[in-house]
Amino acid sequence: MNRRDFLALSAATFATPAWAATAEGGPSRLVVVMLRGAVDGLNVVVPHGEQAYFDLRPTIAIGKPGGENGALALDGHFGLHPALAGLMPLWQAKQLAFIHASGSPDPTRSHFDAQLFIENGTPGRRTTEDGWMNRLLAALPGPRGPTDALAVGPVLPFILKGRLAAANLPLGAAAAQKQAIDRPEVASAFDKLYAGTDAQSIAYRDGRMARTELTAEMADSEQQMADAGAPPANSYPAIAGRLARLIGQDKRIRLAFTALGGWDTHVNQGNHKGQLANRLKPLGDGLAALAHDLARNWDDTVVVVVSEFGRTAKENGNAGTDHGHGNVIWVAGGKVRGGKVYGDWPGLAAAQLHEGRDLAVTTDYRTAVATIAGRHLRLGDSQLAQIFPGAPSARANLAELVET
Amino acid sequence: MKLHRLSALAAFCLLAAPAMAAPPSDAEVIRVLNRVAFGPTAADVAHVREIGIDRYIAEQLNPQSIPESPELTRRLAALDTLKLDPIQLFQEYGPVRAMGGVKPTPDEQKARRQRSRVIVEEAQDARVLRALYSRRQLEEVMVQFWFNHFNVFAQKGLDRIWVGAYERDAIRPYALGHFRDLLLATAKSPAMLFYLDNWQNSAPGSRLPGGREVGINENYAREIMELHTLGVDGGYSQADVISLAHVLTGWGFARPREIPHDRSGFLFDPARHDFSPKTFLGRTIQPSGEAEGIEAVDMLARSPATARHIAFELAQYFVADQPPQPLVDRLAARFSQTDGDVAAVLRTLFESPEFRGGGEKYKTPYRFVLSAVRAAGLQVTNPRPLIGMMARLGMPLYGCPTPDGYKTTEAAWLSPEATTHRVSLATAIAGGRLPLAAPAPADMMASPAVVPVADKPEPAPVDAAALETLLAPVLSARTRAVIDESPPALRAALVLGSPDFMRE
Repeated sequence: MNRRDFLALSAATFATPAWAATAEGGPSRLVVVMLRGAVDGLNVVVPHGEQAYFDLRPTIAIGKPGGENGALALDGHFGLHPALAGLMPLWQAKQLAFIHASGSPDPTRSHFDAQLFIENGTPGRRTTEDGWMNRLLAALPGPRGPTDALAVGPVLPFILKGRLAAANLPLGAAAAQKQAIDRPEVASAFDKLYAGTDAQSIAYRDGRMARTELTAEMADSEQQMADAGAPPANSYPAIAGRLARLIGQDKRIRLAFTALGGWDTHVNQGNHKGQLANRLKPLGDGLAALAHDLARNWDDTVVVVVSEFGRTAKENGNAGTDHGHGNVIWVAGGKVRGGKVYGDWPGLAAAQLHEGRDLAVTTDYRTAVATIAGRHLRLGDSQLAQIFPGAPSARANLAELVET
Repeated sequence: MKLHRLSALAAFCLLAAPAMAAPPSDAEVIRVLNRVAFGPTAADVAHVREIGIDRYIAEQLNPQSIPESPELTRRLAALDTLKLDPIQLFQEYGPVRAMGGVKPTPDEQKARRQRSRVIVEEAQDARVLRALYSRRQLEEVMVQFWFNHFNVFAQKGLDRIWVGAYERDAIRPYALGHFRDLLLATAKSPAMLFYLDNWQNSAPGSRLPGGREVGINENYAREIMELHTLGVDGGYSQADVISLAHVLTGWGFARPREIPHDRSGFLFDPARHDFSPKTFLGRTIQPSGEAEGIEAVDMLARSPATARHIAFELAQYFVADQPPQPLVDRLAARFSQTDGDVAAVLRTLFESPEFRGGGEKYKTPYRFVLSAVRAAGLQVTNPRPLIGMMARLGMPLYGCPTPDGYKTTEAAWLSPEATTHRVSLATAIAGGRLPLAAPAPADMMASPAVVPVADKPEPAPVDAAALETLLAPVLSARTRAVIDESPPALRAALVLGSPDFMRE
C-alpha cells in the first residue's frame, strides 16, 4: 500500500461509526502493563518481510524466521522476538494479537510528556486531572470498592488517579509481610486520627480496606508459592504470579496496572540476545504465567501492553536506538481474536517514516484501548467518549479484536 | 506637624522593626525548619527562636559560616570510598581488566561488582547522616534538590562506582553557587556521561579506543535541554537535539588505559568529535572541539527558558505544588540578573510573602523519614533501616532509574498504600526497636516495617511528651485530642504517623 492509499483508507475507516457496545456489566477485567522508557517495538514484532528493516539496523536486527536465532514466525511479514518464545503458545491458541504502528498521536519525544499522554488519555493536553483508567473505572457498573482497581507498586500512577478510589500494593517479595498497621490496637488508634473527609483520611481508609482484603489473600498465596518453589522476587513472572492469585481470589479486581522500566536502550540494545532480550524474556514468561495461573479467569481477562513511544527505525551510532514515534501494542486474553497482527502497516521506506526517521502511528492507542473497553468491558459510545475525550472513532480493522 | 511627627515615628518603627519584632511564633519557626531544613529538632527550634528567622536564613545561605558538627565530621571521615577520585574508583572498583593477556573470569567480575557495593552504601550513609545532623541544613536540602534535578541512577552500570563522587564533585560544591558551574560540572562528570550515554556519542564513523565503530547518540543532548535547562517547552526542536549531540561528540571519561586530563575523570577525545560547524538554537557554533560544548552549556545556562524552568522547580519545591506565577516570575528575573546565583534566588524566595505565608506540602518519602528521625531526636549510627524505609516508600536513595528524578508533589506521593505504610513506619520509629544504633545488618533490605520479633535489642521508645511539645504548634486540635485519649505507648507513633506530620 502506498502512502496515498493509506491516507485514503484512514480517512474512510476513521469515519466508520460507533464502537460495538452494549451497556451491561460483566465480570470482565482489564490488565494494563506499561513499559516505561519506550520499548523498541520494531524488535518486538519484527517486520522481517521488509528489506528496509535490515538496512536500517545492520547490527541490531533480528534475523528472518527459520534462520539461526531468527524471529519466531507470526504471519509471513512479521516475526516475534525470540526472547518472547514463552508467548508463542498463546499466539498459536489465537489468544495473543498485536497492533503494529500504533501509539500516541502526539509527536513528543519526551518520555515524561509521552507517558503522561498515555496515562491521562488526552495526548497533547497536560492539564487533564485524572487518568483514563480511573475514568474507565467510573464507567463500569456496580458498587465500587477500593480494590476494584489495583496498581502494582508503592505509588499510585497517574493512569489510576482520579475521583474513584484505587488501591496500590507492592507485589515484591515483602508484600505480604506484616506491618504495624496490621496490629488491631495500632489500627484502631490511627483510625481515629484519619476519620475526616480530607484526601489523607480517604487515602488512609482506602489503604486500610485494601490491605485487609488483599494482604490476607497474599499471605495465603505466599505460603502456596513457598510450597511451589517460588520464582525469584523482583522479576515480572513473580509479580504476574501474585497478581494472578489476587485476581483469582478477589473477583472485585476489574482493572490492574503494572509499570515496568528499563526499556530506554540507547546503547548496545542487542539483537536476539542482549539488553532488550534480557528484559523481554521475563515479561513474556510472566505474561504466559499470568495466562496460565488465571486459569478460567483468563477468559474474562484482556491484557494490554503499551509503551509511551517507539524508537528510531534506524539504529543509532551506539548499536542502540533513540526516541522515536510509532510502536506496537500487545493484546492477550482468552477472548482475544489473536494469532493476528492488526493495524495498518505504513512501511519503513524513508518517505514512509514519521519525520523521516520513525515508524509512523496509524492506529491511535486510544482507539485500540477503547475498542477493547467497548467490546470486552461492554461500555457504550458515550462512556468511551468520556474516557477518551476527542479520540478518533473506532477502526473497522480492529472491530474483530476481542469477542464480546 | 502632627502628621509629620507621626510619619517620622512610623519610619523609625519600620527601620527598627527587625530588632524590636516579637519573636517568631513556634508555628512559623517549624514551618521554616520544614523548608530550609529537613524538619525541626528541639535544638534547631531553640536556635531559631533565639536568633530569629531572618538571621537563621542568612546563616543557612552562607554555610561556610556555620561550624560543622565535629561528631558528624568524624563519622563521615570513616567512609573510605568517599575519599577516592573517579579514576581511583574505576581502577579499584571498576571491571577487572585483562592481565598479561588473560581475561578475568565471570566469577572474578562478579566478585568485583559485589565488592563495589560498598560505594553506594557509603554514599547513602553519608547522605542520610548529613541530612539528619549537619548544621548546614539548607546545603543538604539543596544537595538533594540538585542531585534529583541532575539525577543519575546508581544501578546503571558504572554509575555504581561513581555516584558518591558525582555528588561530592559535581553537586555539593555548587549547591548554593552558580547554576552554570553546576551544569558544566554535571556535564563533565563520568557519572552523567555514563548514565545518559554521551561517553559513546561520537562523530559518525569514528571508533572507540577498543576499535568499535560508533556514531551519534541523542540521549544526553535531549535530556540536558528537556530536564536540566530549558524545559520541555523551552523552544528547542528535534534538529537542535541532533546538533547538540554533534556538539557534544567526544565528551567522555578516561578509561584506565587512557591518560586523563586531571583527576575529575573527564576526557575529551578529539578523534571522536565532529569538527563541522553546527547550528544550535539559531546560532552558529564554529568548530573548536571541547570548547563547542562549553559554549552550548553557557547558552543553555543563560537562556531565559532555563531561568523560568529552574524558578518553577524551586518554587514548587519550597512553596507549593502549583506555585504562584508572580513568585516564579520574580525568581526567574532574579536568576537572570544574578547569572544563575542560586543563593541569591533562594534569598528572594525565602523573603517572599508567598514563602512566609504559603500553604503546606505533602512530604516526599525522603523528607518524611528524615523529619521523623529528627523530630524524635534519635541518635542514628546505622542509617540502613532508614534507607530501607525510603526504598519501601518508593523513593530509594540513588535509585531513581529515570533522568527526571523524583517528583515533589502530593499527586505523586499521596496514595492509600503510602498512607498506611507511613503509619507503620512511624510506629516502628516511635517504638525504638529499629537497629539504628547497631552495626549494619547483613541484609540491608530487611524490612523495617516488619513487626519486630524477639532477640532484637532492648527497645528505646521515643519520648512522646517531648515529641508532642516540639510539634504541638503544627498539630491540629483534633489530632492532639485523639492523641491525648490514646494509650500512652502509642502516642509517639500517633504524632509521627499523624496526617499533620505527613505535611510540612
